[in-house]
Amino acid sequence: MSEPTRRPATGYEAPPLRPGELARWSWRQLTSMRTALILLFMLALAAIPGSVVPQEAVDSLRASQWRDQHPQLTPVYEKLGLFSVYDSVWFSAIYILLMLSLVGCIIPRLLVYWRGVRRRPPKAPRNLTRLPQRRVYETDEDPDVVLERARALLRRRRFRVEVVDDAVSSERGYLREAGNLLFHLSVLIVLVGFATGGLWGYKGGVIVVTKDSFANTLSQYDDFRAGALFDPVKLSPFAFTVDDFDVTFIRQGREAGMAHKFSAGLTYQASPSSQQRETRISVNHPLHIDGTDVFLISHGYAPHLTVRNADGSIAWSGAQPFLPEDSTFRSFGVVKVPDASQKSGSTQIGMEGEFYPTYGFIKGKNGGPFSAFPDAKNPAISMLAYRGDLGLDDGKPQSVYALQKKGLTPLKKADGKPLRLDLGLGATATLPDGLGTVTFDGVSRYVKLQISHTPGQKIALGGVVLALIGLLGSLFIRPRRIWVRARRDGGRTTVEVAGLDRSAGGDLSNEIDALTASLRPASTTPEFPEESS
Amino acid sequence: MTHSQFELLSNQAVAACAVVYFLAVLAHFAQWAAGRKVEEPVEQPVGVGAAGSGTPLAATPTGPTTIDEPERMELFGRVGLSLTVVAAFVHFIAMASRGLASDPVRVPWGNMYEFTLTGTWVVVMGYLLLYRRYSLSWLSPVVTSFVLVTLMIDVLVLYTPVVPLRDALQSPWLIIHVVAAITATGAFTLGGMCSALYLVKERWQRKHEADGSTGRGYLARLPELPVLDRIAYRTHAFGFPIWTFAALIAGPIWAHYAWGRYWGWDPKEVWAFITWVVYAAYLHARATSGWKGRSAAVVALVGLATLWFNFVGINFFFGSGSQHSYAAPEPVAVVRTLE
Repeated sequence: MSEPTRRPATGYEAPPLRPGELARWSWRQLTSMRTALILLFMLALAAIPGSVVPQEAVDSLRASQWRDQHPQLTPVYEKLGLFSVYDSVWFSAIYILLMLSLVGCIIPRLLVYWRGVRRRPPKAPRNLTRLPQRRVYETDEDPDVVLERARALLRRRRFRVEVVDDAVSSERGYLREAGNLLFHLSVLIVLVGFATGGLWGYKGGVIVVTKDSFANTLSQYDDFRAGALFDPVKLSPFAFTVDDFDVTFIRQGREAGMAHKFSAGLTYQASPSSQQRETRISVNHPLHIDGTDVFLISHGYAPHLTVRNADGSIAWSGAQPFLPEDSTFRSFGVVKVPDASQKSGSTQIGMEGEFYPTYGFIKGKNGGPFSAFPDAKNPAISMLAYRGDLGLDDGKPQSVYALQKKGLTPLKKADGKPLRLDLGLGATATLPDGLGTVTFDGVSRYVKLQISHTPGQKIALGGVVLALIGLLGSLFIRPRRIWVRARRDGGRTTVEVAGLDRSAGGDLSNEIDALTASLRPASTTPEFPEESS
Repeated sequence: MTHSQFELLSNQAVAACAVVYFLAVLAHFAQWAAGRKVEEPVEQPVGVGAAGSGTPLAATPTGPTTIDEPERMELFGRVGLSLTVVAAFVHFIAMASRGLASDPVRVPWGNMYEFTLTGTWVVVMGYLLLYRRYSLSWLSPVVTSFVLVTLMIDVLVLYTPVVPLRDALQSPWLIIHVVAAITATGAFTLGGMCSALYLVKERWQRKHEADGSTGRGYLARLPELPVLDRIAYRTHAFGFPIWTFAALIAGPIWAHYAWGRYWGWDPKEVWAFITWVVYAAYLHARATSGWKGRSAAVVALVGLATLWFNFVGINFFFGSGSQHSYAAPEPVAVVRTLE
């Protein structure tokens, strides 16, 4: 960039720019209007990939599915940061440059505005005929009388007025530029608010089965995302119990099966020492505990299962949440039994399969089990069982919703086919090879909650509101100047009224007409409307 | 009336208003066809005054049908406008009864079919309200045919039977957010029409300047380029703050309550942001760099394209990935009967 500019006409070669000059030149380029426009378009373009490629931060499940389906593109995309566009270097570069350009643009304008806002209206141009709007009339009144009246009229119309020599100068609409500057400053405020939330905030998801409790500590979350400057010690020490969950499924008509009015009853404590309170949360109605919000996101079923060893001792028992796969709440889930026993010693058992809240079965080639209704009217589970090594001991964290089948062998029936456990409510199935039994004891509902703390929300909101106010000012306030000149001309007074609209595409003719009409006493010569284009 | 009767009424009203819009389109086409035979007034700024002001004041007496044509043009123009007013009224009935058809009664903004129904109505109302102020008789054929075609697509592709609102939509913010978004969309659509006409007329004018001929017909009767440019600018300047409110204030507040975050880069949010940035660039370019006319019109149309893509495209192409996918056919009837 510091390459000398060639000037062929003189053969003179400009010396290379000194660092200071280069910096000045770069700053000027960056803060020019054209650069700002280009950066705006680039920002719009750069936002597009984030809507096409699944984003890690928005939907990590879909992002990982996408990765599995596109093994060749994934490394390239990862390098380009396409799974987290809005945190990527290039996206940040664009908006940081845009902000710099904005700062560079508004600081000089603030100074200009500061000086301009206190300035008196400019003197009337010598030749008012050049202005886009002009009216002329003659009268017998004294010029001073006319000018005094013009001054009063314009003042009443909230113009800033100044009488110089034979003319009144007036101006109004100073706030347009103020609105403009406010808008640009507010964009910075919004960014500060947004960044505050991103750096110090956190967002976590947790599934809580009804009657279970949750305490706000890191270990209790199923998934947790926090900003770079977040400190886990600062988690507010609340705890709650999910007492119940209410949902109504429409049972008849076209929308049968649609869930509506779901809500969860919570008993919560803002801190271990504070009083217990009860509340209900639902979609659009979160619980707010000192700066942290608890949102009800979705719901599902957690079947109670018990796995017993051959001797009748309990190897595993509990309510395991299953994840709904469609609107019938056919749900998928996994049960891991790390301490089962068999004749030859201890082993591990894994089961995976589906839960059907209202079980149905279609016979035939394309048939199979299905859920007829999302409410738990006839619950049943259908699972395949495995034994061997669940892979829990290699230290790597494992999803509770997936079975690592590397060390597992499927359990088979006597005829060699894989064993499928189909259990209705209360039913028990026996596992082969003396592995014991599995019982389907009951069903609980669970709620998926999102707990988030987003500082800077109010700053961002305040910023956008200010931006909107500034925007309205910059779009709809019309800065304009009006001059009235009165001259004694051969025994009579010639009065000229002229105006200039300084906003784009404004039309002053009505205002000038109205002013001329109220300025002119009833008995004077008719005006000559003069409009030069 | 029962809810299902209201639903029937709504469907019939949509059909009826489409028929009336169709007649309005025919009337406006006839208006401009009649206009072709009339020499356009030279240097007569089109559009000072009331309805039918496109009518030339000085028709050449040498033409074969000069006496009747201006009157005919005005007559067809008036007929078209009256039909549009009637159609807009029926259109409103269609919307209102759509809301009354649901049990419980709700606002008619639950899915894409209803958004489009309301959006087209806003476009028509915007056109009717500005008709006198900007003498929009030249915009009539564009608006009426646009609304007719959009309504047809709406009924053929997007029709959804009335269902109650989902839990996430049950919020006062639905009304605030959606009313603002639809109003801004209507304003941007009208503005985009002016910008498109600007580009067409500009091309036409250059062609005629090149070969020295004078044109006749519809394009010749469009307002002068600066007037088109100014109307486009004003409509966009009206729509932009409303869009800012809908997409960047009301939307995030509601998203906070419904989804637990105020801005989550959901595809719909991303595209609303893109639209906002493009229109911001449009206003910025006009205000500071003095971009007027052609380049400004192109930017405005890019903005309109992102807006419509966001409205239609997201719901179809990103259906499962967007929390805004209210068009994606929600599998509501899940009760299967066994044979």
